[in-house]
Amino acid sequence: MSGLNNLTIAEARDKMRSKEITAVELTEACNAAVAASDSLNAYCEKTPEIALEQAKAADARLAAGNAPDLCGIPLAIKDLFCTKGVASQAGSNILTGFKPEYESTVTTRLWDAGAVMLGKLNMDEFAMGSSNETSAYGPVVSPWRREGSNTALTPGGSSGGSAAAVSGDLCLAATGTDTGGSIRQPAAFTGIVGLKPTYGRVSRWGIVAFASSLDQAGPMTKSVRDAAVMLQAIAGHDAKDSTSADLALPNFEAALSGDVRGKKIGIPKEYRLDGMPEEIEKLWSEGTEMLRDAGAEIVDVSLPYTKYALPTYYVLAPAEASSNLARYDGVRYGHRAKLQQGEGINEMYARTRAEGFGDEVKRRVMIGTYVLSAGFYDAYYRKAQRVRTLIKKDFENVYASGVDAILTPATPSAAFGLGEMADADPIKMYLNDVFTVTVNLAGLPGISVPAGLDSEGLPLGLQLIGRPWEEADLLNTAYALERATGFVSKPEKWW
Amino acid sequence: MRIDKETARRVANLARIEVPEENLEHLASELSGILGFMEQLAEVDVDGVEPMTSVTPMRLKRRQDGVTDGDMQDKVLSNAPDAREGFFAVPKVVE
Repeated sequence: MSGLNNLTIAEARDKMRSKEITAVELTEACNAAVAASDSLNAYCEKTPEIALEQAKAADARLAAGNAPDLCGIPLAIKDLFCTKGVASQAGSNILTGFKPEYESTVTTRLWDAGAVMLGKLNMDEFAMGSSNETSAYGPVVSPWRREGSNTALTPGGSSGGSAAAVSGDLCLAATGTDTGGSIRQPAAFTGIVGLKPTYGRVSRWGIVAFASSLDQAGPMTKSVRDAAVMLQAIAGHDAKDSTSADLALPNFEAALSGDVRGKKIGIPKEYRLDGMPEEIEKLWSEGTEMLRDAGAEIVDVSLPYTKYALPTYYVLAPAEASSNLARYDGVRYGHRAKLQQGEGINEMYARTRAEGFGDEVKRRVMIGTYVLSAGFYDAYYRKAQRVRTLIKKDFENVYASGVDAILTPATPSAAFGLGEMADADPIKMYLNDVFTVTVNLAGLPGISVPAGLDSEGLPLGLQLIGRPWEEADLLNTAYALERATGFVSKPEKWW
Repeated sequence: MRIDKETARRVANLARIEVPEENLEHLASELSGILGFMEQLAEVDVDGVEPMTSVTPMRLKRRQDGVTDGDMQDKVLSNAPDAREGFFAVPKVVE
């Protein structure tokens, strides 16, 4: 039964319900695809036995009738999620050997719904990176290549393993997390759909923390419909996460009518950057025209504080990270450095962290430590928190004027080659997040939808930003855009 | 704001990350570059603007202050690099 791994969640669900295929057949096809994918380095831990066991249970549940949408659907999980008894390292050497005794809320909900776990997915260390090159497991290679070239490209980051696995059909869908664009940027680089829900929509419990006021988990899928189905399963209040919202969930899939007549779509002028590739500009205006043709009203909007989003983010996220990552000290889990005669606990802490953390993580922890230190707290951290208020206010003003969603490019370029940014200064890598980071700062839902190919045959994405808690409406607009762009390209299999 | 070698040493120490002496100069220049990028924030007028602490306005839920979980010493210690007699073991702290 080859080729079943190419299915979307919705297609597989319908085929299993109509008894055309079984969960075991589907899982075996995915296990085989995963086993043959080592050159992509997308999976850092494979769990084919667990998958088969879960698939058998799913088949029993399907036979009994009334099985949930995700019953029997093979998924893969970003390494940032704690999975009971299965290595969870957040792409870091400091968590070498860590096998959680508990299961994150998101994955608990997925397994409760009958989903199948194929394995854990590679990622930038502690989700800090935009190219997957900071991973302790080495970089993920994108299934995509430039036409006529075999240069290894990045799938983006930090959810790069998730993006590669979904676009290479090594699973039906995957979980991702997004602190500054880590779901949407890799989704755009690999021609898939990536949704970052409203802050508080999905529980963060059991997900290794990076920047707690910005982190949010979400689905990375082959279609907008699949994103709706998966969001339904993972969203909702969780008593274990005090920031998770106690709000009723709409039926996200039922909201997909594709009808956007009368919707107001905002085009923010501040997202038109100097030196932006013409292809991105063109993609953006084509997307705008498609939504207009579908009956939406297009309006120009202004988000004046946009240019301060990146510096704000790169104060706040490292500050929170320096605090969250203080727990990795060699005492309770993971790596502990060997000590010389006469050395004590301070050497143990400092050497454990020096050996366990990679360069980018060290850099951010130290930047965070600096901006929180006495004398600089007001000038950097407090200041950034205030600018964050202004950035959020920008969006509130636009939405108060009746705008339903905002359309922007997802990334300032197509995927770049692995190693191409090695000599660039860290800021250059940070610029990858320029269109996505504002959404995290404002706590809004955002979705990246594949919209076309560039002249070298690489995917490009558009981003839609919605009103808080209105993922259903956002997904519907994304669905209309998806239908209009008719994006069906897949990477040619070379691995 | 330029970060000099001494400041880099102090920050590394505060962050409890061992940095070899010969790398401090490079670290200082890298941190300076990143902080230089953040200097843009200085030009924003934030007079009367509240610092954001929670992006979604919500009240924290309250609950009974009671024991709801526990009795899992083995699980708590199962991932420790060094656990003995039901405790996390660390190098001697008090002389």
